[in-house]
Amino acid sequence: MSDLDTFRMDARTWLEANCPAEMRVPETSDKDACWGGRNFEFKSEAQKIWLERMVAKGWTVPTWPTEYGGAGLSRKEEIVLLQEMKRIKARNPLSSFGIWMLGPALLKFGNAEQKAEHLPPIARGEIRWCQGYSEPGAGSDLASLKTKAEDMGDHYIVNGQKVWTSYADMADWIFCLVRTDNTGKKHHGISFVLFDMASEGVEARPIKLISGRSPFCETFLTDVKVLKKNLLGEEHKGWSIAKYLLTHEREMIGNQEGVTRPLHEIAAGSLGLEDGKLADPMLRAKVAEAEIDEWAFNLTMKRKLAEAKAGASLGADSSMLKYYGTELNKRKFELMMDATGHEGLEWESDRSNDGKMARSWLRTKGNSIEGGTSEVQLNIISKHILQLPGA
Amino acid sequence: MALVLNEDEVMMRDMAQGFFAEKAPVKALRDLRDTNDETGFDRGLWSEMAEMGFAGIVVPEEHGGVDMGYLAAGLVAEQMGRNLTASPFLSTAILAATALKNGSDDQKSKWLPKIASGNAVIALALDEGVKHNPRGTSTTAEPSGNGFKLNGAKAMVVDGHVADVMIVAARTSGEEGDADGISLFLVDPKSKGVATERTIMVDSRNAARIDFDDVEVSGDALLGTLDDGMTVLDAVLAAGRGIAAAELLGAGAQAFEDTVAYIKERKQFGEIIGSFQALQHRSSHMYSEVEIARSAVIGALTALDAGDEKASQYCAMAKAKLGSVAKLVSQEGVQMHGGVGMTDEYDIGLFMKRIRVLQELMGDAHYHANEFALANQY
Repeated sequence: MSDLDTFRMDARTWLEANCPAEMRVPETSDKDACWGGRNFEFKSEAQKIWLERMVAKGWTVPTWPTEYGGAGLSRKEEIVLLQEMKRIKARNPLSSFGIWMLGPALLKFGNAEQKAEHLPPIARGEIRWCQGYSEPGAGSDLASLKTKAEDMGDHYIVNGQKVWTSYADMADWIFCLVRTDNTGKKHHGISFVLFDMASEGVEARPIKLISGRSPFCETFLTDVKVLKKNLLGEEHKGWSIAKYLLTHEREMIGNQEGVTRPLHEIAAGSLGLEDGKLADPMLRAKVAEAEIDEWAFNLTMKRKLAEAKAGASLGADSSMLKYYGTELNKRKFELMMDATGHEGLEWESDRSNDGKMARSWLRTKGNSIEGGTSEVQLNIISKHILQLPGA
Repeated sequence: MALVLNEDEVMMRDMAQGFFAEKAPVKALRDLRDTNDETGFDRGLWSEMAEMGFAGIVVPEEHGGVDMGYLAAGLVAEQMGRNLTASPFLSTAILAATALKNGSDDQKSKWLPKIASGNAVIALALDEGVKHNPRGTSTTAEPSGNGFKLNGAKAMVVDGHVADVMIVAARTSGEEGDADGISLFLVDPKSKGVATERTIMVDSRNAARIDFDDVEVSGDALLGTLDDGMTVLDAVLAAGRGIAAAELLGAGAQAFEDTVAYIKERKQFGEIIGSFQALQHRSSHMYSEVEIARSAVIGALTALDAGDEKASQYCAMAKAKLGSVAKLVSQEGVQMHGGVGMTDEYDIGLFMKRIRVLQELMGDAHYHANEFALANQY
């Protein structure tokens, strides 16, 4: 038996013994996810136990070094672990921007002190992070951001406004792009800083979306003091960190498993079959086409990840995956709304699980805007892959 | 599933790339067309392809092949797609070889070595109507003496006018529309009652219409089991669709790359037209589609080599996806070339024509989307 097989058997045994039964049923809404943080209230004892056990094992961040709360697993072992978790339908023990976004950047760009201070609380789910990137005047054109950090010797004083800060109202800390120099080109003079959301002068106001939910905030920063030890990487050179992190974000958004039940099952359940075929022939054709595209797209995710050497970034192909994955997801939700007709339109009822279909459909519209719009991704492909002039 | 090429596969691809670019570039197809070549492909090239191992690429070693599998065959087909290379690769090395691997020992030892050595061209005579529809086979084979008597008409028989032998699908029982009751026969085109009309297609490649009028074949002409030809046909068509998808990938990728190269050269309004966002975004979208399509081809052919139970469905899905994507890039290619895209001088039109034929062969995207839905109970 290979080492990997041994690892699989050990992981299987451990998961069987340690994953509570309640954590093996699918989440019914996004409220079921465990996000951790200072103020997080566990939905159940099982959720708490599941997190604690995974933390102790280092498996909330399997590939991170053990000194930072990880298990030091290889990529291959991580894949095996995820397969084994999927096998028993185990829930993700911890949803976290700290793990998905900041962590990789800290590991790559952080100094020893910063890693030691910030990584273990992320791994343990003790500190919840949010991302301060976009501003009212800097969306797709992110590098034109204006939030200003004034050099006061051992610290900065930060003033400005961020927007689309995911869950800022529930986050403990923020990783934030600020302008430390505005004399050169716009990509120069951006710095990447970290600070506590409880700092004086920070105010987060939730934004109500078309889905009726408020996963994003406007974040106002007024004379916020940020110690220089919380500058990640070099001053004025935060743009390369920002881009590195965006690549991770794109891979994550592109890879979302939006729907668990196959589209054709939802459509057949809703519309019924005639002579063994979906009752609406025009919709049936579109459903088949979307499912073939989905198969090919999933293969592409696998292929691109396999092609990129372990740990390496996909480069500009992450833009291709983000673009295609989000557009496909929007298409699927449009077809699902077509298939579920009047029922899919229900907004407030137990029958509709509080309008889950309609709200999810609306949420997908943001997929091709956040993390760089589809148009920005197409620009990136034109410039970096096709090398078209002026892109 | 390994979706990344291994060393042997990379070597095969590179070898094929060099070979077709040198021996059979687009210019070679133009020459065949402009000289009204009677064969429709270069027999010398086919011999060289056999020497390279391409003709016997899925033929077992005991029968003189190199038996490298369908993914390797797809890498060869992809390069043929890039160069619009005319050859009996699809008809003979893929469709016929796959069919004959399911034949009797005598049939295998008679034909497989000839396929591998490039000494036989074999055509599959399956389609009859205006669209691909294997279950709709209406050509009949009735018992006659110790053998059978064939009646009916076939169309779109690729390489049919130069075939040394044909594999003919005919109904031995059941009715039009039934999957059961179809049988396969090896038929000599010189047999009495066979009338062949060469039909040159829009892509300047070979096909034929073939009529069968009381054509007598012996009992040992049966390939596979009586009434159960569909089992062999499923394997043959899975391979054919997967390889046609690979050729579509090559043709589509080349058409796309030619187009991107063109918009980097062409100037209008004093600017390189590739600097216009209207063309950039369409190009980036096509890049994405071609990458997605490539995964479909690799995934399907890998599954076929692995004997995956869903391989046949994956090959059909790949054929559907590649049909759509290659059509998109060739049509956009002509549009983005502008006026010169309409001229015979530029290659982009030739790519569009070949893609139009390939996407139709063995089922277009509509056909396969419908089959996919049926296979998934909807």
